[in-house]
Amino acid sequence: MAEGVTPRVKVPKKAAAGDVVTIKTLISHPMESGQRKDDDGNLIPRSIINRFTCDFNGQNVIDVTMEPAMSTNPYFEFDAIVPEAGEFKFTWYDDDGSVYEETKSIAIG
Amino acid sequence: MKFKAMTAIAVLLAATPLAGFADEAAELVINEEIQIMTKAPAPAHLEGALGDEVLSGWRFRSDETQALQMDDFDNPGMIFVDQAIEAWNTVEGSEGKSCASCHDDVETSMKGVRATYPKWNDGAEEVRTLAMQINDCRENQMGAEPWKYDKTDIISMESLISVQSRGMPVNVAIDGPAQSTWEQGKEMYYTRYGQLELSCANCHENNYGNMIRADHLSQGQINGFPVYRLKNTKLNGSHSRFKGCIRDTRAETYSPGSAEFIALELYVASRGNGLSVEAPSVRN
Repeated sequence: MAEGVTPRVKVPKKAAAGDVVTIKTLISHPMESGQRKDDDGNLIPRSIINRFTCDFNGQNVIDVTMEPAMSTNPYFEFDAIVPEAGEFKFTWYDDDGSVYEETKSIAIG
Repeated sequence: MKFKAMTAIAVLLAATPLAGFADEAAELVINEEIQIMTKAPAPAHLEGALGDEVLSGWRFRSDETQALQMDDFDNPGMIFVDQAIEAWNTVEGSEGKSCASCHDDVETSMKGVRATYPKWNDGAEEVRTLAMQINDCRENQMGAEPWKYDKTDIISMESLISVQSRGMPVNVAIDGPAQSTWEQGKEMYYTRYGQLELSCANCHENNYGNMIRADHLSQGQINGFPVYRLKNTKLNGSHSRFKGCIRDTRAETYSPGSAEFIALELYVASRGNGLSVEAPSVRN
């Protein structure tokens, strides 16, 4: 179980309908690759976030598969079109089965 | 023809001002609201050693590194600040207290604190760094184990406390009872160390802006400490930086938390009196 995992997301509070907004996400996670050894020479088991998704009102915006070479605290920045007021839902899937979720609503105006 | 072409290149090179400095006119505003003074009138005690103005290390970094500090979301140092908020509210030690038990809300109780440290403590009759004060609280108020100097736990807490003073001018006292410690720090600053026989001043006073290997020398200001360094992807304390510098002169160094480094921290902090607290800053 990875410790101190905190997802954070930055989404504008409002946008005009049809606008493209920039979304920034970051999750603090050690992203242990499974390649490293500890002081006694034993392999440290792999523990990474292997998938990240973002949905807007149930429709998928981005779906990312992550591999062990990703560095610690994975950061994603991407653009999304906002057709209507609604809610962005962000989900991170951990190797150990944990799922971290965060939601941000955006208004039209 | 070939000669002519080469002259043309030479002219081009000469015409380009010392490259590497990012936009000289750039100003640092964090989250589009906190104005940071990265340039300030030099304090009187410097007597013009750095010219009329002192410059924050931020001004010596590339555009990309500078940008990282303009938004807390992009600043990796803020992850550690978040972790320190948890530590602030965590009860530890025999007295059953957390930082919050006495100091309540960090945003109000710690406002302006970072700007005046290191400072003289009347009760203990010594100059104390922020780290020493935190550990004094842990030992004597909380009954908890002190944190190791400049390690992640304490450096994150120092960052959390520093964030509450961002934008406020550094203003450490160098007179009164702190004066002898300050003199000791000044003495160190101008003492040549190691096989390379270099003092702090040789680089940070006589050669700031010039290259040291692939990097620009700054004025060595510590208003941005603790600093998130891209080279080791963690927060670094000023004493660790001092240690790294003295090591690079090929000398035996002092330890983080030693009396020598406390004096040096006070002196170096006073050289930046007037610059804004930036911590946690981002440097390479």
